[in-house]
Amino acid sequence: MSQSFRISGGLIDRSSPMHFTFNGKRMEGYAGDTLASALLANGQKLVGRSFKYHRPRGILSAGPEEPNALVQLRTGAAQEPNTRATVAELFDGLSATSQNHRGSLEFDLMAITDLAAPFLSAGFYYKTFMWPKAFWEKLYEPMIRASAGLGTLSMKEDPDTYDKGFLHCDLLIIGAGPSGLIAALTAARSGARVILADEDFRLGGRLNSETFALDDMEGGIWAEQVAAELQSLSNVRIMTRTTVYGAYDHGVFGALERVTDHLKSSGGKPRQILWRIYSKRSLLCAGATERPIAFSNNDRPGIMLAGAVRSYVNRFGVAPGKNVTVFTNNDDGWRTASDLIAKGVTVRALIDVRDGVSPPDLYGTEVITGGRIIDTAGRKALSSITLKNGRKITTDCLAVSGGWNPTVHLTCHQRGKPVWNEDILAFVPSGVLPEGMRVAGAANGVFGLSSALQGASEVTAGILTDLGMSSKAAALPVAEDEAQSGIAFWHVKESKKRAWVDLQNDVTVKDIKLSYQEGFRSVEHLKRYSTLGMATDQGKTSNIAGLAILAECSGKTISETGTTIFRPPYTPVPIGALAGRARGKDFRPYRLTPSHRWAEANGATFVETGNWMRAQWFARAGEKGWRDSVDREVEMTRASVGICDVTTLGKIDIQGKDAAEFLNHVYTNAFLKLPVGKVRYGLMLREDGIAYDDGTTARLGENHFVMTTTTANAVLVFRRLEFARQCLWPNLDVHLISTTDGWAQFAVAGPNARNLLAKVVDAPFDLSNEAFPFMACAEVSVCGGTPARLFRISFSGELAYEIAVPAKYGNSMMDVLMKAGAEFNAVPYGTEALGVMRIEKGHAAGNELNGQTTALNLGLGGFVSSKKDCIGKTLSQRPELNLPDAIRLVGFKPVNSSDALLAGSHFITKGDAATMENDQGWMSSVAYSPTLGHSIGLGFIKRGHERMGEVVRVVNPARGVEVEAEIVSPHFYDPEGGLQRG
Amino acid sequence: MRYSGFKVFLEGLTGNRGWKPAWRDPEPKSDYDVIIIGGGGHGLSTAYYLSKVYGVRNVAVLEKGWLGSGNIGRNTTIIRSNYMLPGNEPFYEFSLKLWEGLEQDFNYNAMISQRSILNLFHSDPQRDAFVRRANAMMLAGADAELADEAQLRRELPFLDFDNARFPIKGGLFQRRGGTVRHDAVAWGYARGADAEGVDIIQNCEVTGFQIENGICKGVQTTKGAINAKKIAVCVAGSSGRVMAMAGMRLPIESHVLQAFVSEGLKPVLPGVITFGAGHFYVSQSDKGGLVFGGDIDAYNSYAQRGNLPVVEDVAEGGMAIMPMIGRARLLRSWGGIMDMSMDGSPFIDKTHIGGLYFNGGWCYGGFKATPASGYCYAHLLAKDEPHPVATEMRLDRFKRGHLIDEKGQGNQPNLH
Amino acid sequence: MIINHPLLGPRDAAEFVYLGDESLIERPDPNAPDAADRFYEYGYLRDNPAGEHKELWYHEQGDRSWLVVTRNTITHQITHVELARDVARAKGRDR
Repeated sequence: MSQSFRISGGLIDRSSPMHFTFNGKRMEGYAGDTLASALLANGQKLVGRSFKYHRPRGILSAGPEEPNALVQLRTGAAQEPNTRATVAELFDGLSATSQNHRGSLEFDLMAITDLAAPFLSAGFYYKTFMWPKAFWEKLYEPMIRASAGLGTLSMKEDPDTYDKGFLHCDLLIIGAGPSGLIAALTAARSGARVILADEDFRLGGRLNSETFALDDMEGGIWAEQVAAELQSLSNVRIMTRTTVYGAYDHGVFGALERVTDHLKSSGGKPRQILWRIYSKRSLLCAGATERPIAFSNNDRPGIMLAGAVRSYVNRFGVAPGKNVTVFTNNDDGWRTASDLIAKGVTVRALIDVRDGVSPPDLYGTEVITGGRIIDTAGRKALSSITLKNGRKITTDCLAVSGGWNPTVHLTCHQRGKPVWNEDILAFVPSGVLPEGMRVAGAANGVFGLSSALQGASEVTAGILTDLGMSSKAAALPVAEDEAQSGIAFWHVKESKKRAWVDLQNDVTVKDIKLSYQEGFRSVEHLKRYSTLGMATDQGKTSNIAGLAILAECSGKTISETGTTIFRPPYTPVPIGALAGRARGKDFRPYRLTPSHRWAEANGATFVETGNWMRAQWFARAGEKGWRDSVDREVEMTRASVGICDVTTLGKIDIQGKDAAEFLNHVYTNAFLKLPVGKVRYGLMLREDGIAYDDGTTARLGENHFVMTTTTANAVLVFRRLEFARQCLWPNLDVHLISTTDGWAQFAVAGPNARNLLAKVVDAPFDLSNEAFPFMACAEVSVCGGTPARLFRISFSGELAYEIAVPAKYGNSMMDVLMKAGAEFNAVPYGTEALGVMRIEKGHAAGNELNGQTTALNLGLGGFVSSKKDCIGKTLSQRPELNLPDAIRLVGFKPVNSSDALLAGSHFITKGDAATMENDQGWMSSVAYSPTLGHSIGLGFIKRGHERMGEVVRVVNPARGVEVEAEIVSPHFYDPEGGLQRG
Repeated sequence: MRYSGFKVFLEGLTGNRGWKPAWRDPEPKSDYDVIIIGGGGHGLSTAYYLSKVYGVRNVAVLEKGWLGSGNIGRNTTIIRSNYMLPGNEPFYEFSLKLWEGLEQDFNYNAMISQRSILNLFHSDPQRDAFVRRANAMMLAGADAELADEAQLRRELPFLDFDNARFPIKGGLFQRRGGTVRHDAVAWGYARGADAEGVDIIQNCEVTGFQIENGICKGVQTTKGAINAKKIAVCVAGSSGRVMAMAGMRLPIESHVLQAFVSEGLKPVLPGVITFGAGHFYVSQSDKGGLVFGGDIDAYNSYAQRGNLPVVEDVAEGGMAIMPMIGRARLLRSWGGIMDMSMDGSPFIDKTHIGGLYFNGGWCYGGFKATPASGYCYAHLLAKDEPHPVATEMRLDRFKRGHLIDEKGQGNQPNLH
Repeated sequence: MIINHPLLGPRDAAEFVYLGDESLIERPDPNAPDAADRFYEYGYLRDNPAGEHKELWYHEQGDRSWLVVTRNTITHQITHVELARDVARAKGRDR
């Protein structure tokens, strides 16, 4: 079987033979083939199995509307399910397998469902599989799931890469058929920046599939000439293999360019590029899609769309059959017969459903008018058809034309609803189009070639005028309007057996009638109940016939019946392409702290903190686990001195005459009177009165403050401050800038912190407690002149400082601090030790400031000034946020000191059952305290401040553990604060 | 007409000629005891329980389009009760229990599939929050199961454990969570309510309320005026528009949430999986499509469609945790209008207008609530007091300061 | 979507962060006798119109301007963009 169906002519390159396999069978085609045309050339009619009944299926179409010929392309991790053979370009070495069958394609064991078809009518599954109850999940559903689905994912990571790109243009032209080409030529010659995109790998659209003449040239040649001129113009970007899949707001389009899908290997290039195209105007020239006619057993391999047959014959040089029959309800179908005959293919008969029509002379080919096909035969390939009068015609290919539907999809993506046009018996775009869009050619319901060219030219001139450009119209080629009249004829009513409407989902005329009978009478009900139009082709060939049959049932017009809505994407888009490079480690950018390199070199284990990577602990030789390292870091810090990179805390520089007043608005506590050279803790609420963020703010000058925020809220607080500044208090003289990345900041904590810093901070700065007490700040210099900021603040509870230097010195600063600290046995500590020390100290952090707790809950009620307003104050006073049994943040210590407390545990009063009604609160943060030698926790419990000393149940059913803990002060370590002030 | 496998068999033998319409297509009467505005999932389930459980049968459901055309027809079909707060968790657990017996109750196979839901976590603070949640669920009598990384590697080997930007540290399973065939829920409730005598009136849009002296006595519709003792609004996605006709402003903003389905694939995913370090959740339908979604588009919208940045963000989330879906294709995307409330939790309550009731503000969590929402709304309508599991879902809670804020995002609806 | 920034010209909406109704500019007077009610309404009640909506967007990936964008919530068409600060001043917000 070597291309026995190949005939002469076509736009394929016979000098480039290509080998491929289908289900392991070796076959040959040519460059310029699609997989479908190559399969047909090799006489492979059976290509797949249908979704529900596992019926043998072949190739219906020659384009993206294909419902039947879905294959798995490529192998291994690159296996790509559900690929339409009709749009897959052939390449040498291509490997395809059929899908959705058990056993071989030829002998699919699942085809047994076809025999049960009478019991599997539309929606049957809603009425059964309910007894016994447990059987749905154990038996029925797994059975259904196994037989459902189509292709198979490899379950391996997609080996290809995908890019994203952004393009801008004056005019995006979607579709490079005759209308698109003439529009592009007009716009391009007029100087507009044009993008011409077409899903095909060859420009010309239907011109490549037809025998039309333009200016006495073959259509394909004319298209080549226009394409050549367009290629030569610098203001035109031609994008072949590019599907514009979605129309979004304000002239933005999504487009998918298949860069290497036509190659055996991507060769390191991105497989596809997802383009976002920003257009001032767009012109949809997407053409039209042919629709079949439903009749008994109209789904057999060999039954094809008539226009597709012309594509295979004229473009690909393939005869889809040796003895072809044509069945049509319109003049367009006639051309399939004449084109076949012109190529020397036998046409058994031209059957027109219409009476009294006279097709042109077809060299004696039999013409049957008023004909009806009522059945077909041939299990795996069509062998014959039967007419209403009982006559059987032997044929191996039936070309069917039920008329054409304008490809209006993109006009609907912003909820525009197409309108029924009785003249052409199809839906055309309504007046409600996406912003900036116009439609031309067949997509606009203009089917004649000459009229389409003229219309496209005119609409382009209008667009150019709109854009303020003068139109230099391209001369229209001489062409004719082909015969195209037809009648509304959707299905052969005399059919006794199943007549398919939606081929992929196996929805038949009977299913549609049954849906109607059962009350599913809106088009949307029909779709959802019968699954009409919900397959991978989204009903491109089935929707209109389906709703026409529904209209028949209800006695309404198609116009009254309406249509379902087209949604993006126009054709399916790989999820990998939509994600682009943002996957794996590149899912989100990394933010590295200034001392990251130092930490890496010194054994740090890192942890993701938002997009930051922070040192979590620094393991030393001999340590058996993270706890060893963390305990040591805490102990050594508390014993002498520890250093931690705290750059990730948000830093906001606030300057202006009204900076202090501004802070007074955004913090609960007062800042007006904060002296220069001092730092104050500040608490921020959301406007709804819930605690939002906290941090310290230093007054470096009369009109200059530096605020710190939590790491998690750095961006959000800045955003809120800008809102307050621009929208709430727009006349304050205050300016903000985020300096989080500008300054590297280190905590230096422990009894030897001052001694260490004395070696680093330039003289004559006086670090003594008298000159630079707790909560002092200053601009200093370090290491002989490097500018720095010094804050005497403590998160650990120790004598502590934070020192900031310009970020570029951060890594060196860490080095300097560690070297200066060597004599004190200084230790770097990570986020775990930081966390342990803050829990020992009873400071709230993210687990406590979780957006659900108030200042009162946090024990910070005293920080809400009664003397002034601030964001959130009024709503924080709502009664049920201030109930007597409100939760309070307290400390917990296990009654049995060897018990570990676990975060996320809930508190139950002793003697009460562990139920939600009795829930008293939850444990928010826990740590093993090396300082105290046991587990400690912070948590919220109702009336906690009044329950000191009470022992409660700490229940954790999810972990299967329960312990008892005593409610204690949250300030486990140095509750008087003497150390940090020392 | 009772549905059964036997009936399907018999009908199959006789050409399926005996199937009757699933519901009547009545014209509205002039008076009802209760009018339910909105023939979506919640409205239909309200009608069903009102008639079946509470015996109130002189009821009309008014639907401006086709029944089930709202969010019941455009969601990602997930059911679960993995909530944390006392104002929510008992309600959602009640709902999950109703789901568990629903098909037998209304004699319709809605393909309720307790395939499990898994919330992945990627950091210690996230783990702590999930432990808190798991414990809350268990205290309320729901099921919860914490899984560590090793267990997830065994159960879901296709997740990206080794090359992830945000490593998977574990997850919270609710094994009783899962998916349901969403349209079938609307149809099952409609059929059940219709059988109890409820008039479901499609293509009947409410154009105004008839309010006299602070009492709502009926509605104007495109099919004429209809009177009722009680008017129950239940119009997710249109709450603002409908209640504005009664002169009410709501603690709600309407936003668009996009949802996505891939081409059909042979079975890949065992249950529902949600990503904890990005916006992505996914399940696989019985037909084989991956059904997935992410974050809302974040701006007020009634457009039922979204934009590209969210589409791409969702795909990135998917590829980040399961890079084997790269070659699966997105088949269809759509948008639903979410009535996002100010604390992310809903309302089932009377209004200050006599006889006028409101159910709404379900954010993007309304589907799983469908049975309990209808049950509790029916309870409220029948007894004029809240159902015990819905006592906190009140309209005045913000004024009182009683927030039901699971995510802790405060009064910014697009963050919930 | 594309927002025509009054200072920077057309920018992709993805550069912006959305907040909500323009009324959020009108923070009530905390000293008013009915401040509790006013703040409740300010914080919680929304017109939520289907149609023209004045709303706040923040140019986070840009110049950090807060903008008031007039946009139709049914069609998404944007008809007007202003600096929120100008709007706030025009509304008479002092300080």
